[in-house]
Amino acid sequence: MHFGLTADQELLAASARDFLAAESPPATVRRIVEDDAGVSPELNAKIAQQGWQGMLVPEEYGGQGLGVLDAAVVLTELGRFLTPTPFLSSAVLATTLLSIAASAAQRRRWLPRLASGEMLATVAWLEESDRLDPAGIALRVRRARDRFRLSGSKLFVLDAQMADLYLLAARTAAGQGRDGVSLFAIPRDATGISLTPLHNFDRTRRLFEMRFDDVVVDRDQLVGREGKAWPHLERMLNVACVAIAAESQGGAERALELAVEYAKVREQFGRPIGSFQAVKHLAAECFAEIEPSRSLLWYAAWAQQGASKEASRAASMAKARLGDVYSRTTNKSVQIHGGIGFTWEHDVHFWFKRAKSNEVLFGGPDFHRERVAALSGW
Amino acid sequence: MDLSFSKEDEKFRREVRAWLRRHLPRRNDALEGGEDLSYDSPERISAAKAWQRTVHDAGYVAIGWPKEFGGQEASIERQSILNEEMVLHRAPGLIGHLGLRMLGPTLIQCGTEAQRRRFLPKILTADELWCQGYSEPGSGSDLASLKTRAELDGDSFVVNGQKVWTSTAQYADWMFCLVRTDPEAPKHRGISYLLIDMKSPGIEVRPLVQMTGRAGFNEVFFTDVRVPRENLVGELHGGWTVANSTLAFERNMLASTTRTQQLMDDLLGLARRRTRNGSKVTRCPATRQKLADLVIRVEAMRYHSLQQLSDEIQGRRGGVSASINKLVTTELNHDICAAALDILGDYGPLMGRTPHAEDRGTWPKDWMFTLGMIIGGGTSQIQKNIISERALGLPRGA
Ligand SMILES: Cc1cc2nc3c(=O)[nH]c(=O)nc-3n(C[C@H](O)[C@H](O)[C@H](O)COP(=O)(O)OP(=O)(O)OC[C@H]3O[C@@H](n4cnc5c(N)ncnc54)[C@H](O)[C@@H]3O)c2cc1C
Repeated sequence: MHFGLTADQELLAASARDFLAAESPPATVRRIVEDDAGVSPELNAKIAQQGWQGMLVPEEYGGQGLGVLDAAVVLTELGRFLTPTPFLSSAVLATTLLSIAASAAQRRRWLPRLASGEMLATVAWLEESDRLDPAGIALRVRRARDRFRLSGSKLFVLDAQMADLYLLAARTAAGQGRDGVSLFAIPRDATGISLTPLHNFDRTRRLFEMRFDDVVVDRDQLVGREGKAWPHLERMLNVACVAIAAESQGGAERALELAVEYAKVREQFGRPIGSFQAVKHLAAECFAEIEPSRSLLWYAAWAQQGASKEASRAASMAKARLGDVYSRTTNKSVQIHGGIGFTWEHDVHFWFKRAKSNEVLFGGPDFHRERVAALSGW
Repeated sequence: MDLSFSKEDEKFRREVRAWLRRHLPRRNDALEGGEDLSYDSPERISAAKAWQRTVHDAGYVAIGWPKEFGGQEASIERQSILNEEMVLHRAPGLIGHLGLRMLGPTLIQCGTEAQRRRFLPKILTADELWCQGYSEPGSGSDLASLKTRAELDGDSFVVNGQKVWTSTAQYADWMFCLVRTDPEAPKHRGISYLLIDMKSPGIEVRPLVQMTGRAGFNEVFFTDVRVPRENLVGELHGGWTVANSTLAFERNMLASTTRTQQLMDDLLGLARRRTRNGSKVTRCPATRQKLADLVIRVEAMRYHSLQQLSDEIQGRRGGVSASINKLVTTELNHDICAAALDILGDYGPLMGRTPHAEDRGTWPKDWMFTLGMIIGGGTSQIQKNIISERALGLPRGA
């Protein structure tokens, strides 16, 4: 019986924190946030040098072959520093999807380059309906002899401005159900693709609308079996939940630390505001939520290697809980900062906004609580 | 991460289960009461003592204690397996829990050899039951301000004063008690920890009726009560340190996550059975949200306690975890009971054996009782003070 991180994982956490403290301090995050494209190729290159882009890539394809809990350890630190980098989109989501769905030839073709960071990929799933069930995938693909042609648009695509490869979920057969959902890998330079940035308030993570205007796709770009991609997407959804929950854990920890540090030095009425109980109790309530959340998160990450129903349930539990906890913590953190917390100049608003965008990304707390209810059989 | 137990530990679990199947009393009013600390009739008390003795004969009481004091030096894993099986099989609680969970560990840590030999065996067998004499009318959260006075007179202390909210004092044989021995010293340094025989002349116990309608706690008055000097635990005037070790045991006792899981299972059972406004309760979207939220909070605490267990096995210190556990678990327990009352609608307030009461009317009683647990053992506000000062390093208030 051992509930917790291994010595290696603890080492990974500590070295990730040191690395990001040096390479992704608030000033760097701010620079990327205020950059039009929202990309720092230097930072991405340094992160790739750490080997992180290949964490989840199997060793035979040049990665480290680590598990979701290892990724969660790194994501917790990335979330703590709000590092704007395509780790979630490429190293976690696209890599997971390719690892489970792609043919051996496709894996050989893409995974080593994803692992090295030489190439980035992202997943295009949601559409205007903004729903995470099979009916949310309506973009229709038509067969044209031994090729496919597709037209339509996808929304809320992460990091599309830097991705070299798009993993697109689309419908190859009529209907709204699980059957008929297929996955295509489309290179960035395919003709007929256009990107529109969506101006969301969380500038640490960019979202895009992607339009496909009669894009022609070869057979060997179909990933996995035609019409059978839904279970892969569902598995990736679970990993996404855990990954975002991990970022939220780290972000909540940091947002509370900022509030506590400030409450120790800011004085009103002749004493530190942190000596007022109203402030102390806000902080204590956050802490008493954040500590158990970490255990739930680790469990959910660990459960991803096991039976799929428990993996789904645990992932949704962590996603729902950390969505709430991160948002509540950052709200209180801003309040403890007072007026300075409402300025653009102070950093705390970056966490506040990231909390909300993490909360809604891949399903909000209500969606995941309902999923827990359904998976529990009631 | 590895959530499996060793083969030997799993074997132990099977043994416990087999034993429970053979010895678990049938649901029986004399032993009912869930986590209610009140055993309010002589029949209930003797039935409960008999149950503890049965468990003791099997070797399952205080298995973590050193062998020389009647334990088995069982590993933390086995202690948690035993606790889990007992709760999941709905075994009645042990009536001697204050001695088993609070005083016993304290004596093992701070007691004299003579005190351990004298008191521990009878704690195990429930031959002597204990109560906790800390709170006073003027000293609750500010426990260290307590005034009950003890003066040394030859070989004994003479105790005068009053305790209040003393659970189980109406039938306890002994009390572990905090008294002021040095009124001149700063408040934390003039306190001593005494073991007082409840049959001593000069003790008067007046039961107080709790909001549940039952006797549970008491006022205890001391008039010139003589307590032999050998019943002092720890140093003279050093009682605060002794008390603090016990408080951590108490907070963890109140924070049993297995009990919370059991309550949650009961709530889900109730939700599955009941209909409300013409449809199944589990069909109502608002209720599904609420139940799922509770399940998630319960599971988080379950994994959190597993993590603490692992930390303990590796010898890592708990920090303020006892306060987090106490704060979160007691509030969660109350929220679970409140959700049950919501589901029950007009049936919710029906108590005990009244016609139409669901689950033998335990929900309203537990709903009240769990509110008491938010107050007892240090209120939620006090736990938040502790967390903010000790874990977050925020300054003490003015
Ligand atoms: C069911 C039950 C069983 C009990 N059993 C026992 C027992 O066996 N033995 C025993 O010794 N005691 C027992 N107690 C007593 C319990 O420990 C006290 O009730 C508790 O510590 C609170 O003290 P108080 O009642 O004096 O309330 P007070 O201390 O007067 O508190 C009243 C309110 O003021 C708040 N408050 C007080 N100080 C602060 C502060 N510094 N900051 C913020 N808020 C503050 C409290 O949180 C609370 O909301 C029991 C209590 C209950 C409810």
